[in-house]
Amino acid sequence: MLAAAQAEVAAAGDADSLEAVRVRWLGRKEGRLSAVLRALGSLQAEQRGAVGAAANRAKRSLSEALDRRADALARSGGADRDAPAIDLTLPGRDQWRGGVHPVTIVIDEICDIFRGLGFTRARGPEAETVWHNFEALNTPLDHPAADEHDTMYLGPCTVLRSHTSPVQIRTMQAHEPPVRIVVPGMAYRRDPFDASHAPAFEQIEGLAVDDGVTFVEFKWTLAEFGRRFFGADTRTRFRPSFFPFTEPSAEVDVTCMICDARGCSACKGTGWVEIMGAGMVDPAVFEQVGYDPERYTGYAFGMGPARIAMLRYGVPDIRMFYDSDVRFLEQFAR
Amino acid sequence: MNISYRWLRELAPGLAGDADEVAERLAALGAPADSKTAIGAALTDIRVARVLEAGRHPNADRLWLCAVDAGGGETLRVVCGAPNVRSGGYYPFAPVGAELPGGMKIRRAKIRGEVSEGMLCSARELELGHDHAGILELNGIYEPGVPFAEAAGLDDTRLELDVTADRPDLLSHLGVARELVGVDGVSLPAVPGFERAILDEVELDSGEAVAEAGGVRVEIEDPAACMRFLGAVVEGVRVAPSPAWLAMRLRAVGLRPINNVVDVTNYVTHELGRPMHAYDLDRLDGARIGVRWARRGERLVTLDGVERELEEGMLVIADAARAVGLAGVMGGEATEVGDDTANVLLELAHFDPKAVRATRRAAGLSTDASYRFERGVDPDEAERALRRALAMIRAVAGGRVHPRVADAHPTKPEPIEVAIRTARAERVLGVPLTTERLRELLEPIGLRLLGGDAAISTYRVPGHRRGDLVREVDLIEEVARHAGYDAFPEERRPTRPSAVPDAPLSVLEGRLRQRWAGRGFLEARTAAFAPEGQGDVELLNPLSSDESRLRRSLLPGLAGRVRYNQARGRRDVRLFEIGTAFAPAASGDHKPRETTRLAAVATGGVRPPHWGSETPDWDLWDARGFLDDMARALDLPARAVPRSEVEPRSDIEASLGGGLLEPDATFRLRTEDGFIAGVAGLVRAGAADAPPWSAPWVALEVILPGEPDLSDRRRLAPIPAHPAIERDLALIAPASSPASAVEGEIRKAASGLLVGLRLFDVYEGPGIQPGERSLAFRLRFQAADRTLTDAEVDAEVERVLDRLEEELDVRQRT
Repeated sequence: MLAAAQAEVAAAGDADSLEAVRVRWLGRKEGRLSAVLRALGSLQAEQRGAVGAAANRAKRSLSEALDRRADALARSGGADRDAPAIDLTLPGRDQWRGGVHPVTIVIDEICDIFRGLGFTRARGPEAETVWHNFEALNTPLDHPAADEHDTMYLGPCTVLRSHTSPVQIRTMQAHEPPVRIVVPGMAYRRDPFDASHAPAFEQIEGLAVDDGVTFVEFKWTLAEFGRRFFGADTRTRFRPSFFPFTEPSAEVDVTCMICDARGCSACKGTGWVEIMGAGMVDPAVFEQVGYDPERYTGYAFGMGPARIAMLRYGVPDIRMFYDSDVRFLEQFAR
Repeated sequence: MNISYRWLRELAPGLAGDADEVAERLAALGAPADSKTAIGAALTDIRVARVLEAGRHPNADRLWLCAVDAGGGETLRVVCGAPNVRSGGYYPFAPVGAELPGGMKIRRAKIRGEVSEGMLCSARELELGHDHAGILELNGIYEPGVPFAEAAGLDDTRLELDVTADRPDLLSHLGVARELVGVDGVSLPAVPGFERAILDEVELDSGEAVAEAGGVRVEIEDPAACMRFLGAVVEGVRVAPSPAWLAMRLRAVGLRPINNVVDVTNYVTHELGRPMHAYDLDRLDGARIGVRWARRGERLVTLDGVERELEEGMLVIADAARAVGLAGVMGGEATEVGDDTANVLLELAHFDPKAVRATRRAAGLSTDASYRFERGVDPDEAERALRRALAMIRAVAGGRVHPRVADAHPTKPEPIEVAIRTARAERVLGVPLTTERLRELLEPIGLRLLGGDAAISTYRVPGHRRGDLVREVDLIEEVARHAGYDAFPEERRPTRPSAVPDAPLSVLEGRLRQRWAGRGFLEARTAAFAPEGQGDVELLNPLSSDESRLRRSLLPGLAGRVRYNQARGRRDVRLFEIGTAFAPAASGDHKPRETTRLAAVATGGVRPPHWGSETPDWDLWDARGFLDDMARALDLPARAVPRSEVEPRSDIEASLGGGLLEPDATFRLRTEDGFIAGVAGLVRAGAADAPPWSAPWVALEVILPGEPDLSDRRRLAPIPAHPAIERDLALIAPASSPASAVEGEIRKAASGLLVGLRLFDVYEGPGIQPGERSLAFRLRFQAADRTLTDAEVDAEVERVLDRLEEELDVRQRT
């Protein structure tokens, strides 16, 4: 009954024929639905409730359909006799697409992987003392290793941290082992902005210290990270290197995820891409924070999530991350 | 550090593998090659040719017309201007079509009427040296037509090694060779034309701070700044371009040949890692040379032609009258060895790394020498390096080496001994080890076992590793490195999870990012640098004046990003950022105060346009709504109030908004304690600098708590069991009565039964007197324990209306 009525509503091409439909169904005297409602009185009490409710629903629904149609006819000047009732091909009411930054996506994913390996998330200040940024990390200021950082100074003994490593120091000063932390944050170096350097850049520091942490565990953890982040087939390579606060130190490479280690421009044809610097914590660092270097061993690592995001998403120039061009950011919104 | 593969082979005859394999092994040892360059590549077109007959050019006195066999079976006619061309000689030859290293193409040419089918080349034309006096004659007999680079031993590979700061011993060919084949695998080859590797027949005149030799007095002022100074005199040298083998070697490592004496010092620096310097002895005042601290106001023109004013704290080499060089950095122009030099003083010294570093920094001049001194040179290599250089000078520049060499040696190195416990190495590396295994790995480095047992062994550290092998852990690293990192398994070991709790602010940041992203905002990341007007914390060494401060607010930077997008034609922009703002250090502290903040800017439509209805633009009331929403997100007992209702009590509170907001259209998020946690409002038209088609900009900035309490203390409130009754009140209020005052009076008048109050319409215009406006409120009444009666609600409304009339002259609209 309702379907038939609604079809008539849709078919009504002008206000007059629409009014005729209203009278035919809802008119006080002849209306077919009105008749049903009038007839309720003659029904048994137990039937009355259900039928009444249904009839009332139908009446409400039909009234609305009539109003909508009247509205539509009024707006179109009543001239769309042949048009279908509702054009369902019209676009829906969209929402703006928002999203977190691609570097944030990478940071969160990395931290989540390390969370699964028993690491928590720590943080520390961006303006640091020279002691936290260098000396406590076994890096005397008059050593050439300190030069490589090209540090930005705020005062004679205050710097913008040149890496997130000072958070290692702050965390160890505040907590006893087991310490397993990842520290995403900004670091600053006096590198002019170019396609692969930003003077302010994200870094993720990692630190694991406990009784009995070894080089073998260090290698497994970072290789496992490589597999979880870049894919199960990813292989990891450790090359000797030098950082004043780790010994032995390593550069960590993973097989190039872009060419499957066959060699491409992203890996400069080598099949490997460098993703972090790492190593076993130097006992001199433990001495600075009051840990017993005979009892505790550990490892630390640092990586650049923007660089990793460049690899993952094929971003050719690091500056694109910091332009905040909506056409760039929207590609990472969902 | 540039390494020539051929040079390496010469020092380590047993070295296996080609340049690629060597580079791979060096990478596995921690010195990867950043680049590999084929040295002979520029000479691929050049062949060896034999001059069959050299006759006079018929039309020119100084030219020769030669019959040349360049392979290929035919005899070529070549015009040549070199005085040294002779019949039967072998020379590098560029046939027609060949390209010289400089890029010049050889064409068939007519020279004074005679056709020339190619060119016989000089060392300079092949960029192998300066010598342009004649063509380069090859000693020996060759098959005409063979590639010249191969025949002359020029097919070489340059490896540009990335040497870490702890390994100065790898800044020489000897050091790299030793790293690859062990101390016993390296040997110094004889100097060409000298038959021996070093000059033995000199004696050292050893003294403490003073020594003398060849009539020259050597003196060290500060034994802590200069540990040793060796000075040798060579008389009667002939300064000239270097022979091809020497020039080629230098070019192979990227150096420019200068003259034979200077080239020898550079050669030995790169071979043995001990920088040295040659002075024109006749230009040294008073036959004296020494090392001393510079005097204020002293001046020196260095070899690069720059006149420098010296400072105290710079270490200099000086003669009787003046400074003649920056110690360990660069020599002076006045005493430079040049073509007219006859007598040479050769200096080989050992300077304190810190003194060289200070000198280099003060001069702003980094050189091959300073780079090595700063990182540390091998004290045990001094004498041999000097004797090697003397042998080479004899071979390439002639002259007589004075038999006595001055050796001022006030500070002698203490021997270094380091013990390694086998169990400790196992504890760090995680694999079983034996003392024998350790010895096997450590001895090739040059460490000498002094004694020990199964638990501990003690080693003497060689001179070339004095800088980095001083502790047990340094030896453990050597064990890992020489065993090969790949040799260690990757094994999952039982671990304990972190005892450090998650930083609550990081958790909160994550939640806020999702909240703003879900609302259609895009996360921006901008740098914390700001121009002078936008920051209070100054950088001592900024990259540019636009970035000379650290931002006090996030908004100006973020607004700049909106402007960037509008400049690209984008009307609808919504950005947010979470980052750090900086305020000057509190008194007694050195570090600036940091606050983590969230900022957002929005302009354009609140939704994408839709055919079904008009889409409003973001406006002031969205800004206010954001602020209240942030209070909920931060679980802060705070609400947005007009700017004038609360004054900032600190510089950090005052910094909110970054001066971007229109004061009359700004809200502040006031906490219960009267603190300001954030601001929001309309961006001033001038501050936005927006194109004319731009919609209004709304912006927000909120300070996030440093240590937020994320504990969730919510308890469920009972869901009301009884229905609510709503009443709409249309009120006429004097325009001077703020909506908040009306709302406040309604709340005061009503009892606890009022559970909801919302202003849903504001109207001024026809039907309302000027100076008045209509405010429509929806009041919601409900009791927890019963269904309210109309009479109860009527009484409530009555009380509300009475109070409004009494207090604010507000009456019901009829």
